[in-house]
Amino acid sequence: MNATVTLDDLKTVDDLEDSRFAVPGMRCAGCISKIEKGLLDLPGVDSARVNFSTKQVAISHDPELTEDKLKTAIGQLGFEAQILADNPLSEDRGDTKRLLRALAVAGFGMMNIMLLSVSVWSGAMGVTKDLFHWLSALIAIPVIAYSGRPFFASAAMALRYLRTNMDVPISIGIILATGLSLYETATSGPHAYFDGVVMLIFFLLAGRVLDGMMRDRAREGISALLKQTAPGAMIIQSDGTTRWTKAEDIEAGMLMQVAAGDNLAADGIIIEGRSGFDFSMLTGESDPQNRTIDDEVLAGTTNLTAPVKVRVTAAGKDTSISDIARLMDEAGQHRSFHVRVADRAARYYAPAVHLLALLAFVGWMLAGVGWHQALLISVAVLIITCPCALGLAVPAAQVVASGTLMRNGVLVKDGSALERLAEADRVILDKTGTITMGHPVPLNLQQLSVEEKSIALALAQSSNHPISKAIAKSLVGENVSPAKIESVIEVVGKGVSAKWNGISVSLSRPSKGGDSAATQLTVGEVGQRIILKDALRPDSKATITKLFELGLPASLLSGDSMEAVTPIALQLGIMAQANAKPEDKVDTIKRLSAQGMKVLMVGDGLNDGPALAAAHVSIAPGSASDVGQQAADVVFTSDSMLPVALSVKVARRTMQTVRQNFGLAIGYNVLAVPLALSGMVTPLIAAIAMSTSSLIVVGNALRLYGAAK
Amino acid sequence: MSGLAVLIPVALFMGLCGLGFFFWAMRNDQFEDLEGASHRVLIDDEEVIPDDKTV
Repeated sequence: MNATVTLDDLKTVDDLEDSRFAVPGMRCAGCISKIEKGLLDLPGVDSARVNFSTKQVAISHDPELTEDKLKTAIGQLGFEAQILADNPLSEDRGDTKRLLRALAVAGFGMMNIMLLSVSVWSGAMGVTKDLFHWLSALIAIPVIAYSGRPFFASAAMALRYLRTNMDVPISIGIILATGLSLYETATSGPHAYFDGVVMLIFFLLAGRVLDGMMRDRAREGISALLKQTAPGAMIIQSDGTTRWTKAEDIEAGMLMQVAAGDNLAADGIIIEGRSGFDFSMLTGESDPQNRTIDDEVLAGTTNLTAPVKVRVTAAGKDTSISDIARLMDEAGQHRSFHVRVADRAARYYAPAVHLLALLAFVGWMLAGVGWHQALLISVAVLIITCPCALGLAVPAAQVVASGTLMRNGVLVKDGSALERLAEADRVILDKTGTITMGHPVPLNLQQLSVEEKSIALALAQSSNHPISKAIAKSLVGENVSPAKIESVIEVVGKGVSAKWNGISVSLSRPSKGGDSAATQLTVGEVGQRIILKDALRPDSKATITKLFELGLPASLLSGDSMEAVTPIALQLGIMAQANAKPEDKVDTIKRLSAQGMKVLMVGDGLNDGPALAAAHVSIAPGSASDVGQQAADVVFTSDSMLPVALSVKVARRTMQTVRQNFGLAIGYNVLAVPLALSGMVTPLIAAIAMSTSSLIVVGNALRLYGAAK
Repeated sequence: MSGLAVLIPVALFMGLCGLGFFFWAMRNDQFEDLEGASHRVLIDDEEVIPDDKTV
């Protein structure tokens, strides 16, 4: 609140701010201590803690120390860092933690009640048995009240909308069995089902926890990859001073000072300066576009070359990025109509089970055993048919499969994505950034001498131009060290020039022709052309063949011109549609869906976002824009395209396993239900049947471990 | 029977201790960075800890 506070003024007891950064480059203990100690040496940093598993660092610092400065500081320590948004996933993580706590409580209850039950089963009589039943009740009731909440809440929700899901029969079973067991205990009856009830809750919670952990793990990986739009901007105040303002506080009419290398936080019009802008986040097109006074620039783009002043025209929810986000939201609505396999099974399962239990009650009443005995039998039916194995069947298979995929560089956001992926029967591919690498790759660096390479690297490193970055990346990869150059000048739209040992050297204006670009490296009088091309991803052709064999014919759908798309389509031998705007992509997908096809969309750019959301299921490469990764169900991190085919294959294997698991669960019911109906199921038999069937289902799911081979 | 009066509370108490310990561990983020912990062992302590950093 005090604009005069300076960085050196460390005595201010301002509230500390927390920021998180993704640092994918850390690999060893040395990196941990280097980052933590290096950051602590920075004035204004209170604490820095590395999380090695997620490759993130959390920093607690003075609010004056902006995230950009911290990012630069991490950069100076030798690590590339990305700013992460205010932990958007903490809510979801909280969910899994709650489930895990419930699981722990259920586990505690289950073990203690089992101890007591074993002695009852082995013949404890009279007072001992009653005492043990009472003790069981004492443990079971708080445990059921605590650990059963997730089921009760979800069942209540379903019933409120007059629908039913897996949790309805579970909740009814739990409540009836608990109530009856209490009655049995109070009247010194022979059987109490507390052990069965708590065990049921334990197994079911295990399934939920697995499901939640899978989701969290993948989302964490994805959030670590996120490239963020600017969290704020330097706003020029009326008195001429600048002040860091958060993106949500920026309003139309304000003046932004945007330094070279910064991302824009809002849409606006340039009023001073000219510069090249990287629009790749919006268009997927990496070529920089020059913008000068009175030109419009958009939030999410990067200012590459020179500082500019921008008058904000739209901020926050009104920016172009937000418009696309809205389009995506609408396109994504239909996804919520996908019914998870487990819930689809529950639709038939729940009424069948309830009917069966009711029939058992009525039947035994008619047989004249009295209401108590009849109720006991129908509760036994409910417990034995409770979808223990069914509740584990789906998540166990999906967790093992997503773990397998993760080891192969594929992050699956949730189990429903695997289910939808297995159903896909058509592939639509974006071109730039998806089937191609999305950034130019230099083709003929081998023609340069060692000296020329080191000069080229030094020049390339002093520029933010995508072509310079591409050249620098390849040369660093070849272990070239940069030459010493002086008086570096970068002219927008022209290139970089400098002096090397008194000779003038330059990397000058790339000329664009066809789908390849080039740049001129000049050392003194000698010029060398470096040709760059946006190359196809490795294994693209093989992936398309594999997908075709799996029954998914592919076609290209690109926003690029016909001339750029045709050669790629010919090379891959697939159909292509060019000049497609984001709306056109959505329309194409809707048309195919209307014909009954389940479309798998593979895309990366912001312009693909709505299509990714509209498709039945979608995949994005790890190099994709922020929006692309958010919208996609699956993200693959490798350069190669093969993970696309692999994930379809694994998803199908997973669904096969899920069906086997359902088969096993049903087979178990076919054996156990007649026993329960005939009144022969004691708590002991229920306990054995439940744990055996659950173990078998989990064991079957574990076979998916090697599914990616 | 009299043994049970001691043993059952003891068993329950020990179980509750384990449960409490697990809750404590979760609340203290003990499971947040499992890989990092194995690496941190290898970090050498600095001989002199700078005074100004012991916040």
